Order: sequence, then structure tokens, then C-alpha cells
Amino acid sequence: MSNVSDLNMGAIAGQIDSEPRGPRPRRRFSRANIFIYGTLLLVSVYYLLPLYVMIVTSLKGMPEIRMGNVFGPPMEITFEPWVKAWAEACTGINCDGLSRGFWNSVQILVPSVLLSIVIASVNGYALSNWKFRGSELFFTILIIGAFIPYQTMLYPIVIMLREIGLMGDLGGLVLVHTVFGMPILTLLFRNYFASIPEELFKAARVDGAGFWGIYFQIMLPMALPILVVAVILQVTGIWNDFLFGVIYTKPETYPMTVQLNNIVNSVQGVKEYNVNMAATLLTGLVPLAIYFVSGKLFVRGIAAGAVKG
Amino acid sequence: MTDTMTNPRQTTEHSVEIRNLDLSFGAVKVLRDLNLDIRDGEFLVLLGSSGCGKSTLLNCIAGLLEVTDGQIFIKGKNVTWAEPSARGIGMVFQSYALYPQMTVEGNLSFGLKNARVPRDEIKSRIKRAADILQIEPLLKRKPGALSGGQRQRVAIGRAMVRDVDVFLFDEPLSNLDAKLRADLRVELKRLHERLDNTMIYVTHDQIEAMTLADRIAIMKGGAIMQLGTPAEIYNRPQNLYVADFIGSPSMNFLRGTYRDGAVHGADMMVPMDGYAWAGDWPEGREVIFGIRPEHIVTGDRLPSVPVKTEARIDLVEPMGSDTLVYAQMDGRDVNIRMEGTAEVRPGDTVPVGFNPARASLFDPETEKRL
Amino acid sequence: MTAIEQDRARGAADGRREKSTRPSRIFRNPMAKLASLPMIFTALVVFVGGTAWTVFYSFTSSSLLPRTDFVGLAQYERLWTTSRWIVSIKNLAIYGVCSLVLTLVIAFVLAALLDRKIRGEAVFRSIFLYPFALSFIVTGLAWQWILNPDFGLQGLVRGWGWESFSFDPLNNPDIVMFGLLIAGLWQGTGLIMCIMLAGLRGIDDDIWKAARVDGIGTVKTYVRVIIPMMRPVFITALVLIASGIIKLYDLVVAQTNGGPGLASEVPAKYVINYMFQAQNLGQGFAASTMMLLSVVIILIPWAYLEFGGRKQ
Repeated sequence: MSNVSDLNMGAIAGQIDSEPRGPRPRRRFSRANIFIYGTLLLVSVYYLLPLYVMIVTSLKGMPEIRMGNVFGPPMEITFEPWVKAWAEACTGINCDGLSRGFWNSVQILVPSVLLSIVIASVNGYALSNWKFRGSELFFTILIIGAFIPYQTMLYPIVIMLREIGLMGDLGGLVLVHTVFGMPILTLLFRNYFASIPEELFKAARVDGAGFWGIYFQIMLPMALPILVVAVILQVTGIWNDFLFGVIYTKPETYPMTVQLNNIVNSVQGVKEYNVNMAATLLTGLVPLAIYFVSGKLFVRGIAAGAVKG
Repeated sequence: MTDTMTNPRQTTEHSVEIRNLDLSFGAVKVLRDLNLDIRDGEFLVLLGSSGCGKSTLLNCIAGLLEVTDGQIFIKGKNVTWAEPSARGIGMVFQSYALYPQMTVEGNLSFGLKNARVPRDEIKSRIKRAADILQIEPLLKRKPGALSGGQRQRVAIGRAMVRDVDVFLFDEPLSNLDAKLRADLRVELKRLHERLDNTMIYVTHDQIEAMTLADRIAIMKGGAIMQLGTPAEIYNRPQNLYVADFIGSPSMNFLRGTYRDGAVHGADMMVPMDGYAWAGDWPEGREVIFGIRPEHIVTGDRLPSVPVKTEARIDLVEPMGSDTLVYAQMDGRDVNIRMEGTAEVRPGDTVPVGFNPARASLFDPETEKRL
Repeated sequence: MTAIEQDRARGAADGRREKSTRPSRIFRNPMAKLASLPMIFTALVVFVGGTAWTVFYSFTSSSLLPRTDFVGLAQYERLWTTSRWIVSIKNLAIYGVCSLVLTLVIAFVLAALLDRKIRGEAVFRSIFLYPFALSFIVTGLAWQWILNPDFGLQGLVRGWGWESFSFDPLNNPDIVMFGLLIAGLWQGTGLIMCIMLAGLRGIDDDIWKAARVDGIGTVKTYVRVIIPMMRPVFITALVLIASGIIKLYDLVVAQTNGGPGLASEVPAKYVINYMFQAQNLGQGFAASTMMLLSVVIILIPWAYLEFGGRKQ
């Protein structure tokens, strides 16, 4: 070993004698590089492990799982757990699988995303271009509201929903998502509209356009990038919600996350780990797909939402 | 090494030497086969429009960019592979790049402490720099509490305390407003006279270049178009690019044919008596004839120049100290710089003239000076 | 009321005739106000009203239904003598401190490594961030499976021949919070890393160059120059992590459901259990008011630093 390194040293010394020229000779595996890539690869294992384990488990049969080695690849690939998770898994008395939760979630998701974005974009537009007395105060309260633990508002909302007859209804949950999505989305749209040159707004006003005219004809068409970010943010957030789903809906209208938890953590019967993992993956599929498709926009969305929130 | 021992003269003569420097980012060649010798104590300005490679070259000299090929010597020492801190350079950045969380004193001493310079030595160096730059009252403040000009002084101070032979400036005045820029320009010139260090200064501002430089290197496309004193660059531009780049408004270019010792334009004949030729006579060939707006004379000074013609005035821009006139001469648009007192109106036809010795001739194909 | 409005209208009309004054302030850009009604309703009724309502009823003996039967601080006294609440607070403290420190350290180190102009940066970033797209339920269930004592990590290591190896956090009351921590860090560090990376990218390149000319090593530059410059980013990260910690609920429900025993109970879960399962609203209200108080304690210094400092 020492011989080899001596030789290397000699070679480098020789090069120095013959005058440095061009780029500095660099060892491909410098200590710094080994440290950087080594750490990154090691950490990657931690981050990738659960996804890998979920996938391989969901493709194994129960006998193979009972033999142990959760990390081994399946010896015999079976898609039965996926079918079972989707169509047959039981929660309580219902045995029609996660599909029910999936469709519930879709029914919650679409109107929630639309309504919350419509309201928040109009709010943001009004806040950045049509400031009125008190508008900043309401906005500040809204932003502070984002930091209040949901727990302090849960019960009053139950009462309000009961009053308007939407408690336990999907419509009620849509309203709840709209309300709790409002702070971050309003902030997002407000900052975006504020970054659009004011001259544009003034020019439109001189041309006689009003509140809605400017909103629909000027601002909304320019807001496409931020609309995409908002959609990503909301779809992921609402799909992943558990707390509101479990409180404001009833078992027939449970969203997918709640149903998933009930399937996996039910105490009855034999635990079917492969079905559980297939169900878990199924639930995670929608946000994962959005994440991998949207790529940089997702990062931009959460960074914009997070940094300024 | 032996070379430096036996011939110390050579090492002091050239402070920075650049040999066959190449730099590519992937397939893009940013610097190509560049050679440059900078004398000890010289103030050299690298001038060019953005993207010409001037900042890249400075970063290579500093060791902040690794060269693709070629060598860099500082004080006779090959520093091509040396770390920036080991090259004997100090650098001043456009954005000042002061450490915002440290006081001015902390900024000046940070590098020295890190290099384990003795405490007393650090103190005396900071004192000297602070004296020269007049920043003693600011030493305890943080950069955030300083004005742009003060920040730039501190940044220069940080280069000074390093006690180095070569100062590198990367557009140091670009972030300042016009008035402050002019003031600091003068200060920089004084500083150079006082310290007598080698200074390499990157800018896109030709006024800065003309006023500060001992020599200017005009760069374009990663190559040096001309290296010379400000007077040489202004009076004898070596090619069309330099002729057009230096001077504001820029040089007027007319086309003609050179025959029998004179340039024949559309309706003008200019005998080139007194012109200092750089190359062969382009007998019978097309040439580009360049004359600066301030070298076209009118009125009282007309008798003193050998060539006389007429110009029809299109537009007049009074600037106070002088008057800028857009006119037609020999069928082409030209600019003429007249005295501030000149009384001319659009539509006038006025007699004008010039001295061919002050003109420049270029080959239209090679764009080189003739 | 109408008389006053008529008066005002007449006054406005008179004014216009004289020197064309602007119309009354309330009627200026009415559309903007109309469009802001949902926001105003949310801010005032849901956020302020709802919170005030909960705080108000935390001083009552509400059990199955809210009642205005005041009992002073009795709910709070009971809260702080309930061992389940005390355990919840202790658990959250352990989880919170570890999560805060580890998230900041891991996220910054990863961001710094990614900022070293490495190959495959986008790939690594995707790997570190994808868990953030997943819900806490999915996170909790996945890690519950990996930490399964028979088939998971422990089983694997024992299978290698190390029979006495023991790593069973989900069934060991002493370390169950660390089991949750492993999952929580897995889900959340990516986001903070992205924020830190954005912060690092925002640092002027010239600062790095200046440090190199000064001969400052990479690590020292990070510690002495870059991290102090990133103070605002760290504060944002801190607030984000802290508000996430207080909300910790779904992960616990999915991964341990508070077990074994009460060993991984957390305040948010206490609130929901008492409000919606144990039918003891007063306890739920008192506990959620305590959560609100803790947020206020975190937020006020932050708001002071962030907005109070800026004025100077």
C-alpha cells in the first residue's frame, strides 16, 4: 500500500517540476468527493427505503412475508394484494376496499381545489390592487390564523356546519378545506399579483376596465404559473388530509387517508401486511404522481408557500 | 527558480504574465489562446462589453476559475495551480462581497486571522489601510450601516491588508451612482499612485478605462483586440471594433477607394498626407475611412486643416459644453462635435474640414488598420 | 339609519356640486369589498371567532354539549393533574427538541452538500423531498411496517445472526417517540432542505470568492460567514418546524395510535380524543387553549424579531 502511494506522490511531484499548466490535476476520488457522495448516497438509502419496502411487500404473498426479510425482493410477484386493497379490504362492515375512499377523496378534492383557488385568487387580487380600509388588517388576521392550531377551531366549525346542515356531508368538508387553505393561497396570489407591474393595472383602469374586467382579462391570464403552483399545493394538501376528514365526515364519506388508516390499523382479523402496503401505496400514489410530474414547480410551490408563510 | 536568482530584473519587470490561456465551459470557448504581460506597478484595465470574457480572465488570474489550458505567472512564480489565497493577490468585487455579519474591522482581519498573522501585525496593517482609505470611524460598524461608497472603500481595504503585489478589481464602481463613481475613480487613481501596486481592473465603462489605465486591453469574444495606452487606443485603433467601441459618440465611418495617395469617396477626395500608415498602401482597393466627431472642425478652426468639404445638418443636440450635430457628409450620416457656442440649424449646409493625420483607415475585409 | 344615509348622500351630492369631492369611503370600490367577504368572514368569524369561542368555553363545565356553566380554571386544574396530558406534553417536548435540532442539522448539511456543484443534484433533491408529498398517515404506516419487530429491521439484523439485537421502538415505551421521530424526519427534512438550499443559492457568489481569496476553508466559510448570513432562512425554518411539531397528530394515530399504553400520546391527540370520543368538551377546549398558548409563546418572539427588528 505504502509503495503505491509513494509512487503517486512521486508522479505528482514530477508534474510540479515540469511547470503547472492547464487545469490542476485532480484525483477523481478526492477525500471531499468521497465524503459528499458517500453521505448523499447513505442518506438516500434512508429516504428510499420505505418506498422500496412498501413496493416489495405489496408484491409478495403472505407466506413469503411470514418467512421474514422485509427487504428482500419478492420471489414470486403477485398483484393480488393490490386488487384486494382496492376492491375487497374491509373497514368495519364495509368490504368494498379503498376504492370507496378513493372516490370520496376525488369528490372532496375537485370542488375544494376549485373553490379555494377561486376565492383565494380573488382575495389576493383585491389585496394587491384594490386595497381598502382594513384590508391589510383582515389579511394579517388571516395569516396569523394559519399558525393557530386547528384544534382550537375544530368544535366551533362543527357547530357552524351543523347550523347550515352540512355536518358529515362532503360539502361541509369542502368548505373546511377552503377556509383552511385560504391563508396560504391568498398570500401566494397576493404576492404574485403584487409583482405584476402596477402600470398594467393603471393602464387597464384608464381604459375603463373595472374590478372583474381587470381580474378576468388581465390578471387571471397572467396568473397561470401561480395557478399551477396553487393547484399542486392544494391537491397534495387536501388529498393528504386526515384530521378534517375524520372529524367532519361520517364513515360512508370518509376520505381515502381515513379509510386507509382504518383498514391498516383495524384490530380485527389477521394482519395482511401485503394488502396494507398496497393500500398505503395506493393512497400515496396521487400526491407522488403529482410530485414527480410537476418536479420543479412542486418545489417552487412549497418553497413559496413555506418561506413566506 | 535559478532563473529568478540570476535575473531578478525580469521578475520585477513583469508582475503578471499570462501564457496561452484557454478557458472553456463545456463546448463554449470563453477565452482563447490569450497572452498578456502586465508590468510591475502598472494599472491595466480590461475593457469590453458584457460577455467578452474580461471578468472571466480576472477570475482566472485570481484562481477562482480553473483554466482549461495555459499558464499564469505572478511575480515570476507559476501560480496556475495555486489557491487564490496563495497567489499574492487581493480582490475587490462589484457587489463588495463584505461579510455582512462582521464589523468592518472583522472584515479586514478575518483573512489575516485565518492565515495566523500575528495580532500586532494585523493591527498595524488595518491601521494603515484605514488611514489611507479614511475609514477609521467606520471600523466598529457593520457593512449594512455603510453607504455604497464606504462599503467599496472597505472592500478595497480588505484587499490592501493582505499586503499583496497585485490588486484585482471586478467592476468595482458599477453599483455606485454617477457622482460617487467619479469621486471614487479619482481616489482609486490616487491610491494607485501612492501604493504603486500592480492593478488589474475590469470595467465596461470606457471613461473609467481611459482615465485610470496605464494600458487598456480591449477584449471581444475571449480575445484581446488591442492592448495599448489610452492615447494609442484612442488615436490609433488597430481595428474597426476598437475604433467603433472607444469614443462617444463613436467614430464616423465613410467608404471609399484609395487611389494615388488619396481616398475617393462619393463626392469627396481626401489626400492622405501625413497619415501614419500601419501597413501597405491599399492602392486601388476599397477602404473604410474613419474620423472622430471631435476631429471634424468648423468655423474659425477651418483654415488650420488641409481637407475641406461640406455637411448638411439634420439635427442639433446642444449639450452645453459642446453641440452634437447629426449631418450628411459625402452621402453618409455622420456625427460632428461642435463647440457649445456653435449656432447651426437643421437644414443648414456648413463648411467642415479635418486633418487626415487624425483619421483612421481600415481594410473592409480584415477590419484591420491600414 | 336611513335618514343618516340620506343626509350623507345629500351632503355628498352637495359636495360634488361645489368641488367634486370623492364619494363616501364605504362605497368606494364596492366590488373589492364584496369579493373580500369570504376572506373577512374566514378571518373574523372562523379564526378569531372560533378561537375566542373555544377559549371562552374552556372555562365552562361543558361535557357532551357546550354549556355556559362557568367553573373558572377547573378544567385547567384537571388537565394538569391528568397523567395522560402530562405524558403528552413530555412526549411532545422530547419529540420537539430532537426534531427541531435534527431537522435543522440534517437539512442544512444536505443542502450544503447539494450546493457543492455536484452531479445528480436534481436526483438527490427528488429523493430527499418525495416523502413530503406523502401524508403522515402513509408515512406512519410505512414506518410501522419497517419497524415491525418480527419482520422489519430488527428481524433482519437478527436474521444475520445477531440474535440479541433489539430495536423495537414501537413497542418499547422508553423509545417510542424516537420511532415517531425517524418517520417524522423522513417526511419533513426534505422541505426544510429545499428552503435552506434556496437560501444558499441566494447568497452572492462574490462572498464565496472573497472567502477563497481570504483563504478561508469551505467548512469555516459555512460556519463563520454563510450560516450567519442565513439567519432569516433559519428563523423561517424554525417557525415552520415548530408549528408542525405542535400539530403532530396524524403520524401518531397512524404509527402507534398513542401506544404502547400512553407512551406516545401527544397534545393534539388528547384534544381530539376528549372532544370527539370521550365527550368531555371542556377538557378538549382547555387542552386546545394550552396548545394555542404555546403557539403564541413561540410566535411572539418570532414576530418581534421579524417585524420589530425591521423598523430600526
